[in-house]
Amino acid sequence: MDNKDHPNKKVGPFFGERLVVANIGIQPFYEDMKKQNVTVFQIDWEPPAGGERELVDILDKLI
Amino acid sequence: MITRIIVRKNQYRDSVFLMVVNQQVMKFPGIGEIAIMMGTDNNKDLMMKAGFDSPDMQAATPNDMTICIRAESAEHIEKAIQEIDKLLVKKRRPDEKTDTYKTLDAVMRERPETNFAVISVPGQFAAREARKALNYGLNVLLFSDNVTIEEEIELKNLANRLDRIVMGPDCGTAIINYVGLAFANVVNPGSIGVVAATGTGLQEVVGIIDRLGEGITQAIGTGGRDLSDRVQGISMKKGIDILEEDPATKVIVIISKPPGLQTAADILKKISTCSKKTIVNFIGADPAAVIAAGAIPAKTLEEASLKAVATLRDDVYTAKDFQLSDREVTGLIQKEKKRMQPAQKYVRGLYSGGALCDEALAIMGEQLGGIFSNIPLQPHLKIENLSHGFRHSCIDLGDDYFTQGKPHPMIYPDVRNRYIMSEVENAEVAVLLLDIVLGYGAHIDMAGALSKSIISAKSLAEARGGYLSVVASVCGTQKDPQNFGEQVIKLKQCGVVVMPTNAQAARLAAYICQ
Repeated sequence: MDNKDHPNKKVGPFFGERLVVANIGIQPFYEDMKKQNVTVFQIDWEPPAGGERELVDILDKLI
Repeated sequence: MITRIIVRKNQYRDSVFLMVVNQQVMKFPGIGEIAIMMGTDNNKDLMMKAGFDSPDMQAATPNDMTICIRAESAEHIEKAIQEIDKLLVKKRRPDEKTDTYKTLDAVMRERPETNFAVISVPGQFAAREARKALNYGLNVLLFSDNVTIEEEIELKNLANRLDRIVMGPDCGTAIINYVGLAFANVVNPGSIGVVAATGTGLQEVVGIIDRLGEGITQAIGTGGRDLSDRVQGISMKKGIDILEEDPATKVIVIISKPPGLQTAADILKKISTCSKKTIVNFIGADPAAVIAAGAIPAKTLEEASLKAVATLRDDVYTAKDFQLSDREVTGLIQKEKKRMQPAQKYVRGLYSGGALCDEALAIMGEQLGGIFSNIPLQPHLKIENLSHGFRHSCIDLGDDYFTQGKPHPMIYPDVRNRYIMSEVENAEVAVLLLDIVLGYGAHIDMAGALSKSIISAKSLAEARGGYLSVVASVCGTQKDPQNFGEQVIKLKQCGVVVMPTNAQAARLAAYICQ
């Protein structure tokens, strides 16, 4: 089943008319959503600040 | 054996990618042990427990890849590293170049219509990403685990203030606007909405509803801790509100493992104000309290699904143990028992889905007395030595104990195959009970992957003059990426008795042991 119109389908208001997804993490989830014809973007995520926890905290305070 | 530990600085790959590489290289000749992981604190602990340690490894950050190999010789290690390097090259599909961004900020700049985030990064960074997504106005499916309960509460309170929902953490499945997210089944659109604090519980319920010819509006996951008295069901309450306001939803089903006492009372109080008929499957809940709230109690996932469909159709629900006739069931039980040796008396459940294991424990517990488990319904039934089952037992092989740094049994069959072969060595085992879970993310042919060990195990039992019964159910739909019908056929070809639901499989397994 995908996002195309289906006779039984009425989309409620909370999640919007159609999902437009940011996939932050593992690629298979992106691929599976593509198979379902979802508009999805893959974020090539890496740990922020090289993974250094103290630097991440400082980065967040600056933003 | 020679050990080598290599740290590749600033070379990040996600955990699933590394798991696949790990699994492939593990099969190489001469390799004793291998662990390829990013340098998170959690992963470093796991690598140390596996006997790998070095100053470089200790200094590794979550952005550094750590490759630990134990092999028969330096040459074997070199060959493995060459193969790892080939496999580590990221391959992109042509359309991925336009779909790929470095950060959520970049996505939101260029595609501000984005309204949902699926987050599966390492736990120590997951809350930060979820917070950012919520502040952008996105709803969130938080697949990551190892998020602290304090972070969970903070995120869910933030979501509430922003009129959004966080599904998770540790939320493995959801179906939103007819889209399967993470490990999800493909189901008919319809009129039944589900809110679930358990992943395979959600999957079993939507699967049964679909196979009965009805369909789903939204299937909202909340994460397993949501109904604790600390988190207080924040996402469950939001999920109920969403379904109550959704014009397409006519019947609501809510599912959870035992909720905190206060939270259960709060949820029931909320349901008492709902206009839509609500079926409640809280494991261990007092049905009288559910009825007093104006809702319909269900003891099992199967009953919740059947009652939801009956309620939607305005039919009278009649409880039945089996879809098959009494005569057919009696015939099945006799056929399975007739070649068994007198010593064969125990059932051993080997589960990939926690909620399915719970359901089997509850059902078989009523028929056989207490069932041992790593996730027992009562503390005195806990199995301490998990290398095999104990008396009547059901093991959840998807529990963290088995899956920390290792692949989940819904994706990889190896652990379950090992347990099948080890359980049959015990001449007192009569029945193996299995779940085969389909859907996006799950193994593409789990029935095929288990068939060799099932056939071998049955042959072993026969060779010593006995008979090993194997009973299973398939959790999924005809539209799932795996071929549901083919999965059932493959199981039956191995001599597996395939029942229509996990509840019926558990009931039958218990009858065979009685």
